Parts: sequence; structure tokens; C-alpha cells
Amino acid sequence: MTDSNVPLLSIDDLHKSFGTVEVLKGIDLSLDRGDVVTLIGSSGSGKTTLLRCVNLLEDFQGGSIRLAGEAIGYREEGGRRQRLPEREIARQRSLTGMAFQQFNLFPHLTALENVTLGLRKVKKMGKDEAVAIGEQWLRRVGLIERRDYHPGQLSGGQQQRVAIARAIAMNPSLMLFDEPTSALDPELVGEVLAVIKDLAQDGMTMLLVTHEMRFAYEVSDRIVFMSQGRIEEQGPPRELFERPRSTRLAEFLGRTSF
Amino acid sequence: MYEAPSWFLELWNARQTLAAGFATTLACSVLAVLGGTLLGTLGGLALTYGRWPLRLPFRVYSDLIRGTPVFVLVLACYYMAPALGLRPTPFQAGTAALLLFCGSHVAEIVRGALQAIPRGQHEAAKAIGLTFAQSLKEVLLPQALRQILPTWVNASTEIVKASTLLSVIGVAELLLSSQQVIARTFMTLQFYLFAGLLFFLINFAIERLGRYLEKRVTLP
Repeated sequence: MTDSNVPLLSIDDLHKSFGTVEVLKGIDLSLDRGDVVTLIGSSGSGKTTLLRCVNLLEDFQGGSIRLAGEAIGYREEGGRRQRLPEREIARQRSLTGMAFQQFNLFPHLTALENVTLGLRKVKKMGKDEAVAIGEQWLRRVGLIERRDYHPGQLSGGQQQRVAIARAIAMNPSLMLFDEPTSALDPELVGEVLAVIKDLAQDGMTMLLVTHEMRFAYEVSDRIVFMSQGRIEEQGPPRELFERPRSTRLAEFLGRTSF
Repeated sequence: MYEAPSWFLELWNARQTLAAGFATTLACSVLAVLGGTLLGTLGGLALTYGRWPLRLPFRVYSDLIRGTPVFVLVLACYYMAPALGLRPTPFQAGTAALLLFCGSHVAEIVRGALQAIPRGQHEAAKAIGLTFAQSLKEVLLPQALRQILPTWVNASTEIVKASTLLSVIGVAELLLSSQQVIARTFMTLQFYLFAGLLFFLINFAIERLGRYLEKRVTLP
């Protein structure tokens, strides 16, 4: 199933409702290996929900998400759609990494333990191997000297960098970033964006949600503008930002500071 | 001229009765707290994460037991057991009553602590691929523990105090043993005070243990 002709991520006609409110109204999106794609749009447009569906933190009612050809979250059986068993879902989740707006580091574990928990419990690595990989990633995000600190002793920017290391250490084929800098003080945003940019240049496949338009412009291969649960427009950043075709996008860009 | 024997002499004479009472109090309290903590943890997990068929029996259990005086529970466990075809000794019935009482309170303590953990913790655990059981063990319970400890210590001391109620069904725990000694010596004040001191020591020890554990798990 690792045929390189198959897109890494392919989302087809995705529908998602919260109760009677439909928040995703048929999303089609596809990412090849190494693609960096940023979702933009006003709040309530469904960008974060889309990201959470890809990581199976939300269920969805229609359509499909495929990761390297493998259907995520559900299987069809005799025409009926069934949610996969929990163990299978946990395995699929470990194929994608996620960075959250609120970091969500585990406060009772040190920075290094945060990074190695998944390696040890999900990948069943021995302690030495997990620590070696954990240290390697902490070094990469510039926090090796903070390895024994607890999250409460780190700044927001440092916490987010540890959280990114925690996700990346699992060697996911796709990284998801859900507004990774929205909860940060302005002076801490830069250090986190630098880490993400570094990973992008390394060839990591990424799907991001961000309000940092300049960053999105610089780092993305493609920008996807969402509005009211649909993809309104997508294309290379230069094209999208400089020659928006839809009026909604033009309005959105007009309201957004660059 | 009759001279009243000294209290120390009477205490010495009563040492075996009192020691047995002390041991009984300790035994039923420890059994009730350990068993109740196990039952309550399962109950708290069921109340927090269970679907309604699992939640309902624990909800009924917890509300019913917490709404009943321990005194009534003790009597009920002893006098209603035969209706269920059981013939418990007073000690067994009394300990069961304390265990059920402790379990209902621990269930609510555990539920509260688990519900206080931010949603993001569970999501982050899922996102790195931990199964539910793994995220409970590695992420949720260690964090809940910090919230549980102080209230759990409180519940444990309540159980030690409530164990005195076992005297009404004839369990010779510390209070009843003291009363037996008083009936023989008429040294009411002295032996009640002495029993009070022993109860205090047990609870003080639990309190210190709790503080020690709290300190060990406090986050920087």
C-alpha cells in the first residue's frame, strides 16, 4: 500500500456534523509526500475540525479519508459503514502526528519523558533506544538542555517545541498542526515557526491550520481557503494571496493583517 | 481503708482486651479502605467513561450508599444478609458496610478528579497512538492521583472513625473493648480518653502518610 503513485493523504467528499449542524459539507483534498498545505479561513469555517477528522479525534458521517491508500477510521462491510476497533484506530492515529493549540504536554512527565512515552508504549522500544531518539529530537528543537524540566517550568514556546518533538519522534508520515502559535505570546511565536519551517524544508508532509499569514505564505506549497464547511479556493500561495478569485477570499484577506 | 487501684494498673490488666480492640479497628479499617478504594476506582472509571448500562448501576450504588447513614448500613449488612442466604460474622458484615461506604465516596472522588483533567490531555494521548487503557495508566490516572490524594486521606480517616459503629452489632473493636474495660473498672473518663488518643494516633498516621505521598507526587 506504499505505492508512490497513491497520494499520501486523500480526503473524498468528507461530511461531518455536530448534531444537526453540518460543519464539513463535502471536502475533497489530497496531499502528496512532502507537500506543505495550509488551511486558512475565518473561525467556524471547519479548518480545525477537518484536521481533527484526519487524526480521528472527531468521527465523521460521510466520505472517506485515506492515508497512503489505507482507509482511516471506518471500513465498509456489506454496504454498512463501521467504525474500526479501538486498537486499530490507535495504530492509525500513530501514523499522523498532531501539534495542538494548547500544546497539551503531559504535566506529570519531564520534557524527555513526554517525547519518549509514545516510543516506549506504542512503538514498544527499549528505554535506551527511546531516550536516544527523544534526545535527538529535543536537540533538533533546541531544548536538549531542558530535557529534565517539567512542562510547568517551560515557556509556552518551549512547551510547543517539546510537543512538536513528541509528535515527530513517532516518525509520522503526516504532521498536523492545529493553530500551533495561537496560544503564544507574540515574542514566542517566532521560535515555534522556525521549528516548523525547518521540518518543512526537511521534506515532512504537513497539513497546517494557522492565522500567521506571512508564515503560511512562506512555508506552504499550497493554500486552501475554507469557508462555511467547504473549500472555496486553493492554489499556490502567491496566486491565492495576490489574485484571489472568490469574493469571500478577497474579503477574508482584506480583513487579515499580513 | 479501700484504696482505688491506679489507672496504670488497670490499663496493664486490660492490655489484652484493648490491644485486641485496637487490632480489630485497624483490621476492619484497612480492609474497608483498601477494598473500598479498589471498588471506588472502578466505580469512578465507570461513572466517567462508561456507557449508560455501566454507569447506571454505579450511579444507583453511589447515590444510595452515600445517602444512607453508616450506622444504618452496618445494621443492614448484618441483619439483612441472611435474607440473601449469607451468614456473615459481625466483623465481616461490619467491614462490608464500611467497604461499601468507602467505595461510594472514592468513586465520586475519582470521578471528580478524572473529569477535572483537561480534554486536551486525553486527545494528546490518543494523538500519539496510546490506547484507552494505556492513556489511563500513563496519562490520566497519574494526574488524577494528585487531586485524589487529599480527599482520599480524608475519606480514610472517616472510615476509621465510622468503624466505632461496628460496636452495635457486637464487634469488639476499640470502642467496645474500652467500654468493656470501663464496665469492670468504672474509670470512664480515663479509658474513653485513652481510646480517643488511640483513634487520634491512627488518623494522625494516615494524615502524615498522605502528606508524605502528596509531597512525593507534587509537580515542580
